[in-house]
Amino acid sequence: MTEATLGAPGRAKLRRLNFHVLGPLLALIVLIILGAMLNPNFLSYGNVTNVLARSAFIGIIAVGMTFVITAGGIDLSVGSMAAFVAGVMILFMNSLIPYLGIGIPLIMAGMGVAIITGFAAGWMNGFLISKVNIEAFIVTLGSMGIYRSLVTWLADGGTLSLDFELRSLYRPVYYDGFLGVSWPIIVFAIVAILGELVMRHTAFGRHCAAIGANEQVARYSAVKVDRARMATYMLLGMLVGVATIMYVPRLGSASGSTGVLWELEAIAAVIIGGTVLKGGYGRVWGTVVGVLILSLIDNILNLASIVSPYLNGAIQGVIVILAVVLQRENKSAD
Amino acid sequence: MTEAVLSLDGISHRFGPIQVLFDVDFDLRPGEVHALIGENGAGKSTMMKILGGYLAPSEGDVLLEGKPVRFASLRDAEAAGIIMIHQEFNLALQLTVEENIFLGRELWRGPFLDHKAMQAQSRTLLERLNCPLDPREKVSNISVPSRQMVEIAKALGRNARVLIMDEPTAVLTNRETDILLEQIERLRAAGTAILYTSHKLDEVKRIADRVTVLRDGHRVKQADVGQLTEHDMAEAMVGRELSDLFPDKATPQDETVLEVKGLTVPGHIKDASFKLHRGEVLGFAGLVGSGRTELMEGVVGLRPATGSIKVGGKALKPGSVLAAREAGLVYLTEDRKEKGLLLGKSLRENLTLLALDRFTRVAIDSRAEDRALTRAIEEFDIRAGDRRMMAGNLSGGNQQKLLLAKTMLAEPDIVIIDEPTRGIDIGTKQQIYGFISRLAAQGKSVIVISSELPEVIGLASRVVVMASGRIAGEVEGANITEDAILRLAMGLSERRAEAV
Repeated sequence: MTEATLGAPGRAKLRRLNFHVLGPLLALIVLIILGAMLNPNFLSYGNVTNVLARSAFIGIIAVGMTFVITAGGIDLSVGSMAAFVAGVMILFMNSLIPYLGIGIPLIMAGMGVAIITGFAAGWMNGFLISKVNIEAFIVTLGSMGIYRSLVTWLADGGTLSLDFELRSLYRPVYYDGFLGVSWPIIVFAIVAILGELVMRHTAFGRHCAAIGANEQVARYSAVKVDRARMATYMLLGMLVGVATIMYVPRLGSASGSTGVLWELEAIAAVIIGGTVLKGGYGRVWGTVVGVLILSLIDNILNLASIVSPYLNGAIQGVIVILAVVLQRENKSAD
Repeated sequence: MTEAVLSLDGISHRFGPIQVLFDVDFDLRPGEVHALIGENGAGKSTMMKILGGYLAPSEGDVLLEGKPVRFASLRDAEAAGIIMIHQEFNLALQLTVEENIFLGRELWRGPFLDHKAMQAQSRTLLERLNCPLDPREKVSNISVPSRQMVEIAKALGRNARVLIMDEPTAVLTNRETDILLEQIERLRAAGTAILYTSHKLDEVKRIADRVTVLRDGHRVKQADVGQLTEHDMAEAMVGRELSDLFPDKATPQDETVLEVKGLTVPGHIKDASFKLHRGEVLGFAGLVGSGRTELMEGVVGLRPATGSIKVGGKALKPGSVLAAREAGLVYLTEDRKEKGLLLGKSLRENLTLLALDRFTRVAIDSRAEDRALTRAIEEFDIRAGDRRMMAGNLSGGNQQKLLLAKTMLAEPDIVIIDEPTRGIDIGTKQQIYGFISRLAAQGKSVIVISSELPEVIGLASRVVVMASGRIAGEVEGANITEDAILRLAMGLSERRAEAV
């Protein structure tokens, strides 16, 4: 009964090629050219490394967020969760110094704690959302407040700092690298590539998209909806842990203001990348492009003095809204 | 002869390179019911959309009382008194009946909405339809047939001169259909021009004055209904001679493959027991709401249920669709758009969703998926313009075939098919009947739930009849008659099923 749309796929595909697939990529290329024209240092090794390394935290989280959103969910708690994980990790490492001494084992233990804490926090979100059946927005709005307040409490309103000697040992995880590429960039790249493969080529990725597109159909198709949905939050929590591992050596501290608004940046990156906010369709490489677009804007505004860097947020906001408008344009062709 | 109120003159329409209507002439007169029939994909929807002002034709004119018109928007068409009722309703589920009826043309008293007047008028409209609904009820709380009535009340409230109805009876029970047809007669007597599509030819025969048949975008026939038999209409639609609609029935074997004992689905089913044999087509009949769907959803683990379910002698783990599938038991839903297919996804992703693990080691083997799609397209005769198209762009019949293909990809031994031919045309129906009977001949077992009695009677070698959440009885072999089934379904006969 839908002859009306018989001709649409061809056109829709063309349009999707224009805006949906190439749009974010084109925007990224334009930004790079713009940056290079405005400041000769833009493409220097130092600047590129700096931009990429700083994108890595949001980027790693955004990859996980892509799965959550694709499956029709949302997680507002990741910024607070990162702060909380960082706080727990620092406290734990400091308190273990007498037992393990300052060395690689202690750092490994700290990393383990970060990942476990993130995983547990994600499990909690996922459990409340898929087993207790509370809206994702509500659950994660709640846990956002909880984690933020917990880390402030742990730090007693101040800052939790890693033991000085330990910090010097841990620092290279952020500042050094392998063959000239810094560790955060390498980790981000690995997470992104694995994420893309999982999303596109595994049953889990396919199930996420199916659940986001129509939960009923997924249920009737023998997909374990609850389990897959929980898995997306657990994956995201674990990636928050990974991001924290890369973040803590940068400043060596955590406080109530660590990771503020990360959740919004991560969600914005996912949306700019072409993942549908309602769920049903997601792509990890788009998210990576989205993250890069957001950090390049920041970087360019800081390097060039045409527009005040204070307007960074405004420009990012415009980009997010524009991305969604383009998404809708594509939809009306269906 | 009265002059046409709305007509089409040499209409052609194409979507991109695909032409879907070829030089179609058509006229609709005041006070007539004009049936538009054709197979899925024949161009009915497009033609209705052009008439209703949703689509501008590529060529040709739409004439309103003899003068060419071009509606810039739906609102224009509505203002001209042309109202279209879609198969998928245009109702706001969270609003009340009254708010829906008056949506976009609310009555005001001063700066405030005049709820009293709107409720009173809604009540009058609904009374005219013999539909005792409370106008203050939320639409999400009322049944699908009632929603249909609300749509019609909404159209009546807008003083429709031309009413375009896309398969209005597809979701209605016989009794509700009767009420609707009465209403249509009343509207006709009042001079409304009604365009009506349906796959139910007996209904067309009963209600329509004239009938237009579309096939592959061409108008192949237009005649007074009196000049055509149902068989004539069906052949005009299909374009070939129709042999027997139903294939021969296979003889079931003795082996029991599914045994359900004392199954209770809270709120729906009480203490249901039945058996299914190898190679059997078992029909499930009953009125809408008698619990047939709920029972089967309980059996395959889509609803919480208590009782014993044995597949091939082994107890089935309850509450798990996956466990049922692994035991070789699958359920094909009646609601292909909401529960069966991902309309916004490709054919390939839809096809393999149920049996995705068969295509996966660590990663999904998309080449194997592609091969499966090629086979499915061939085996099930899925007519897709482009194999990369979205499932939602297939016609209803082809969606049903895709759903069948998806289900069969799980290689089940027992298939439960709920309303196998709802809303699909007669040619496709025949294909699906043939398919079901071939399954049985291959030694698989099939349960067919259907609200169309001829379908159950024509396919099944045994029929279980349900009434108000219980199994009311069963009929077998030569005893399968409409009369016997209806008596059980209405609770007139107390003959219980033999010891199951």
